[in-house]
Amino acid sequence: MTDERSRNQHGHVHDHDHGHAGAGSELPEMELRVRALESLLLEKGYVDPKALDTLIETYETKVGPHNGARVVAKAWVDLQYRKWLLEDATAAIASLGYTGRQGEHMVALENTERVHNMVVCTLCSCYPWPVLGLPPVWYKSAPYRSRAVIDPRGVLAEFGVTLPGHVELRVWDSTAEIRYLVLPMRPGGTDGWSEDRLAGLVTRNSMIGTGLAEVPQGAQVRS
Amino acid sequence: MNGVHDMGGMHGFGPVVAESDEPRFHQQWERRAFALTLGMGALGQWNLDQSRSARESLPAAQYLASSYYRIWFDGLIRLMLERRLVTPEELADGRMRSAPLLLARALAADAVPAALARGGSTQRPQAGKARFAVGDRVRALNINPPTHTRLPRYCRGKPGTIVRLHGAHVFPDSNALGAGENPQWLYSVRFEAGDVWGPGTTASTVFVDCWEPYLEAR
Repeated sequence: MTDERSRNQHGHVHDHDHGHAGAGSELPEMELRVRALESLLLEKGYVDPKALDTLIETYETKVGPHNGARVVAKAWVDLQYRKWLLEDATAAIASLGYTGRQGEHMVALENTERVHNMVVCTLCSCYPWPVLGLPPVWYKSAPYRSRAVIDPRGVLAEFGVTLPGHVELRVWDSTAEIRYLVLPMRPGGTDGWSEDRLAGLVTRNSMIGTGLAEVPQGAQVRS
Repeated sequence: MNGVHDMGGMHGFGPVVAESDEPRFHQQWERRAFALTLGMGALGQWNLDQSRSARESLPAAQYLASSYYRIWFDGLIRLMLERRLVTPEELADGRMRSAPLLLARALAADAVPAALARGGSTQRPQAGKARFAVGDRVRALNINPPTHTRLPRYCRGKPGTIVRLHGAHVFPDSNALGAGENPQWLYSVRFEAGDVWGPGTTASTVFVDCWEPYLEAR
């Protein structure tokens, strides 16, 4: 650490975590290699360490599925907004302040009693960052990428979700720069709820299509 | 390319396992590798498609055995070595031996929020008219380019229907080769799952975003 600080011309102190206890051989090697690379790129002036910190902070603490939950909750209470979201999701989502990287071209997919939408990226890990943040590990994993398109009901079962047999199961493979946000069904027992309260029922998985919105305790599931 | 990254429909990877806590990053190096990838990307020395192509071009066994951010890291290294932004000797110990190439200024911290909010639209003006309209019956071409493509193997040669026109977008197959953005009309194409997988699939329909050069009329 001292060595690294002394070599850093930018006077920036790294907040490296030394708490790892050698879980697997990849870890120490990667820690060293990434540090060497960062040090080199700083010396060459290719990156600004403060910018790196800001990038990490942004996606670790600021951008996340709470953004998407606001979009969904608004669409549940405001029919005009819902219509706009389904017609021009990029603009409707931007109106709430969520724009940019990995969400430049948004499409919203409406789940109904008859249609359930589920999103995957079989080729890499495309995911709508401005509304959902960075994807969870399972979304980027080979099991999900391989099976979502051929056996989505099997995948849903692993998430504890079973849909009636008559429901049309549509899988959307994000092969281009279009990013998909699933608009889950509003649970019953929520009449008169505020947007804020409704947003608390919108799970991250319900916006990918691997889950449903939460049902308030004591309420009946819509059949 | 017919790489192992093109995973749709493969068997043998086991069940989907979700973590209970789902941290965004699992190790400190993952944070830094993520940020370095975005920070270096901001210099404009490669485009999105070249970045994806670099990851896909990692040796197949290495790709499958690597964690996600390890793939990002190895892809980043490959892109920088190809452009001589760094040398293998410099990477070994992190000490600069060759003067930096003169590039755009590094992304500054105070420019990060605006850069992220702006993103990078891939939509472009397109002179000609779109060849297909919503409802048209099409077929994905049976092609096997050895270079980058975004047409998954599983839908090649399969019949589908146009459900949406997304405008013209940068064509990855050209852009990844540094051969220009070559914008092409982009469509959402609906494939009946039975046409793609035969009996036994639990999907009803699979939608794939396809650029016009991936499609023919049927």
